[in-house]
Amino acid sequence: MSAIMEEMGQRALKLGIPLSVQLDLTYRCNERCVHCYLDHEDHGEMNTQEILTLLDDMAAAGVFFLTLSGGEILMRKDFFEILEHARALMFSVKLKTNAILIREKEAERIRALGVESIQISIYSHRPEIHDAITKIPGSLERSLHAIRFLKTFGLKVIIANVLMIQNIHDQAGVRALGAELDCYVTIDPTITPMMDGNREVLDLNISHAQLENLFHDPELVGNVDEFCAIPAAPDADMLDSLPCSAGHTAAYVSPYGDVYPCVQFPLATGNVREKKFLDIWRYSPEMNEVRSITLGDLTNCSKCSNLGTCTRCPGLAYMEGNMRGPSTQDCEKSLVRTGVLSENLKARRNKPIAGLIQIQGMSAAMAYPGSQQPL
Amino acid sequence: MEAASQKRYVARSTQIAARAVGGEMMIMSAKDSTLFTLNEVATAIWEAADGSTPLDEIVDQNVCAAFDVAPSVALSDAEDLVAELSSHGLLLVSDQPISSTGGPAKETP
Repeated sequence: MSAIMEEMGQRALKLGIPLSVQLDLTYRCNERCVHCYLDHEDHGEMNTQEILTLLDDMAAAGVFFLTLSGGEILMRKDFFEILEHARALMFSVKLKTNAILIREKEAERIRALGVESIQISIYSHRPEIHDAITKIPGSLERSLHAIRFLKTFGLKVIIANVLMIQNIHDQAGVRALGAELDCYVTIDPTITPMMDGNREVLDLNISHAQLENLFHDPELVGNVDEFCAIPAAPDADMLDSLPCSAGHTAAYVSPYGDVYPCVQFPLATGNVREKKFLDIWRYSPEMNEVRSITLGDLTNCSKCSNLGTCTRCPGLAYMEGNMRGPSTQDCEKSLVRTGVLSENLKARRNKPIAGLIQIQGMSAAMAYPGSQQPL
Repeated sequence: MEAASQKRYVARSTQIAARAVGGEMMIMSAKDSTLFTLNEVATAIWEAADGSTPLDEIVDQNVCAAFDVAPSVALSDAEDLVAELSSHGLLLVSDQPISSTGGPAKETP
């Protein structure tokens, strides 16, 4: 992070300014990715005027970084009207898209509107893998065409490579593709639960051994010894610090106008159809509860030796049942990274597992499934 | 005629993002994502850079009237600021009024 960015972030934190907001314009999508956390039905999206008014309110609240995402943003027929308004309000706009609806005309318009960057999901350099994940034949080819159009117009394109069991062996191929197309590539090895709490998609997460390979790849992490080092024990300053920017300088707004601390933190704090964005941001009891939490308040985590480098996500912890608790997915990542069990994992390993060690008299049917109950 | 030719007009580029954060302007160039911050005086000039008001009038109305500074010093500092920001593509500078699309304004009939 640049010194100016750090300074502005600190100023925004001090002044209570939501510097960064992700606004999902729709959950509708033209792909059906196997790992997606969203329900793609339209349950009452904000209309054009509601979104334009929200953008006015967010600009007045001091929002500077605006990420327009979805669903697929170009599924909205008013997408360019929204983007044009956002740029007229001088937001720094980042788009997240699968890009399959972006052709030369759309790329030229995005360029003319001064978009900062476009993040495009690419799962593999091989069509048979990428298209199997999106469930749309030809989707890789179309996304790559779009990237080429965007690059022709000099735009900054970021390839987002989410890793799962289907494409773990293709991340080097995607990185090579990124180099060929002059795109920055981000790698995300975490599949998160669906927004409704359904955790079945977590089965798609890569194995510990595969994660370990990623964490020991200098091309991905830089200095492996430094990256995987056991962090210094938490001190008072660290325990006084904040878990992340969610609710402090960052927020998320759903297509239905619901405001959350982050896209990955489904704690409802208010709806912009009922209250002004800034009022929700400033006065929502839920948002203020999130803001009240320091690392020292975290159960288990505040005592954990991995705290200094752990990527604990408060939203994943919340989805696990306690926003002050651990996020087990991040505990597992820390274990792979440092080789040290987190306090949470230690507690889980020491905890008797109900059912397996209870001793009680068994009926013949229980002891020998399929057998008949004695008469 | 000669005086008019010395007028300089400044307009904000359409390829930037900007927001006031606690009295200071935060500006990002879409071209290379470089981030800039302007202090209170520079922010006053930036906000008044509408493409139609000459720079000396901007300095007179928005700097000299609001801050304790000599006009010649203020104009010189403003010229330096404009040179710096235009070198990064954040401001457009012209000896004619500039339209919102970034080019010289069309004459109204």
